[in-house]
Amino acid sequence: MTKTVDNRAWFLVLPVFALVAFNAILPLMTVVNYSFQDSFGNNQFFWNGIGWYQELLDPTSELGGRFFAALGRSAAFSLAILAIEVPLGILVALCMPRSGTQLAIGLVIMALPLLVPWNVVGTIWLLYTRSDIGLFGWLINAVGIDFNATRNAAQAWIVLIAMDVWHWTSLVALLCFAGLKSIPDAYYQAARIDGASRLAIFRYIELPKLGRVLMIGVLLRFMDSFMIYTEPFVVTGGGPGNSTTVLSIDLVKIALGQFDLGKAAAMSIVYTLIVLTVCWVFYTVLVTRDSQEAQP
Amino acid sequence: MSRRIIFYAYLVCLMLPLYWLINLSFKGNVEISTTMTLWPIEPTLRNYAIIFTSPEWFDGFLFSLSYVALNTIISISVALPAAYAFSRYCFLGDKHLFFWLLTNRMAPAAVFALPYFNLYSSIGLFDSVWAVALAHCIFNVPLAVWILEGFISGVPREIDETARIDGYSFPRFFVRIFMPLIANGIGVAAFFCFMFSWVELLLARTLTNSKAISSIMTRSVSASGIDWGLLAAAGVLTLIPGALVIWFVRNHIAKGFALGRV
Repeated sequence: MTKTVDNRAWFLVLPVFALVAFNAILPLMTVVNYSFQDSFGNNQFFWNGIGWYQELLDPTSELGGRFFAALGRSAAFSLAILAIEVPLGILVALCMPRSGTQLAIGLVIMALPLLVPWNVVGTIWLLYTRSDIGLFGWLINAVGIDFNATRNAAQAWIVLIAMDVWHWTSLVALLCFAGLKSIPDAYYQAARIDGASRLAIFRYIELPKLGRVLMIGVLLRFMDSFMIYTEPFVVTGGGPGNSTTVLSIDLVKIALGQFDLGKAAAMSIVYTLIVLTVCWVFYTVLVTRDSQEAQP
Repeated sequence: MSRRIIFYAYLVCLMLPLYWLINLSFKGNVEISTTMTLWPIEPTLRNYAIIFTSPEWFDGFLFSLSYVALNTIISISVALPAAYAFSRYCFLGDKHLFFWLLTNRMAPAAVFALPYFNLYSSIGLFDSVWAVALAHCIFNVPLAVWILEGFISGVPREIDETARIDGYSFPRFFVRIFMPLIANGIGVAAFFCFMFSWVELLLARTLTNSKAISSIMTRSVSASGIDWGLLAAAGVLTLIPGALVIWFVRNHIAKGFALGRV
């Protein structure tokens, strides 16, 4: 669709611009300001230049080591849940009935985890996986494996990943389902006449159609898993030790726990830049795909 | 046939943790900590009675629901004209503005927690529904613009031109003709705004003095001697608004998740 060039359209965008700018630019400036300073209580601030950034990006310093460890944990978490949720989401979408009451009930159940408040997701999984009162923890102990997520780091990770898969796989599945529904029946009929195998249908008809929704799904899941705070905070509190302290948990610990505003601010800026860079790449790919599809 | 089995197995896995929550919410604490049963042996309504008789819990629910509703209304009403502008016009810096908006959806809430506390304290809104409703706009407004833009682009622009020729002024055209045309899109956007505002905890907790239901719940976790039954009952109650919303939009879920863009 061709668009009209008209700068008066700014008036329509102005309310959004004002609202988001108020929420984004002012706090961001505060963070940038803090990141160049050091504080010693009593609201006394001292200019620290780029000191915090140098320390942060130097893995041998205490702050830098802590930052890179937390960054590594966040990246590992995002990769792990993407590696599970995307294939599982596609599988579930392929297995969903195409219409009828079964579909309606299935959709309602699938959407339910998405609308559970994030701290309640944490609570649910805390109650579900505790070895003394939880069904999941109790069952695993019952088959003879010693399971206690509050003491064992690997098991704490299993709980966090299982929780995220429970929470968000439905989003990927629903996106894929919407994508699959937009494939005309004629494609399948043509494939049947050609004698295509199930695998070939998936590879050459369904997967290309899913490309776009999968990009949206991966983007949303990457952003939200990389920024995850509430659920691990409730379930493991970052422990045992520091084994599940992902970036945002560490950030809140430094900012609101120790009140080290300078360090926390510098960390925030680097953190935000990482998220933005990844998202910019995804966004560019999406937009390029769109414009290619628009001009076949 | 195996497809159905996979699908139902998935649904069962989704339901199990929820079932366990509901199960625990009807048990007393003695039963929870001493026995392991798949359903309550001595069902009790004690946990729910505590919540419904305590003003603190009840107010928490009301407080949360009111900032969620307020946020949804604000987000949709500012996002509608903006989405129309992005869909119909080229203007100075439109692409950069659109990406900048989206980046705010991506900014980690942990980054903004402390500056938000300073900002909303200094303008005197700290601890009110307005603070949380406005703060949640940072991720809901960009999302609403994005979703609505997709739906609006699906409406042929001949309709705009016909209305102009028929002598409709822009505001009148927008409200009387255009908004009914994209009612589905508005519904979907409102659903997502409701969802993300309802599930958020960090900002809601930072900007209020433990008034939101989510922060009342975290406090009862950290209090000495965790009241598991009470926690489970509160969890069950927070599921209800979400479940109601889903029930109303169940016929639009599949279409809605395509965001009008597949």
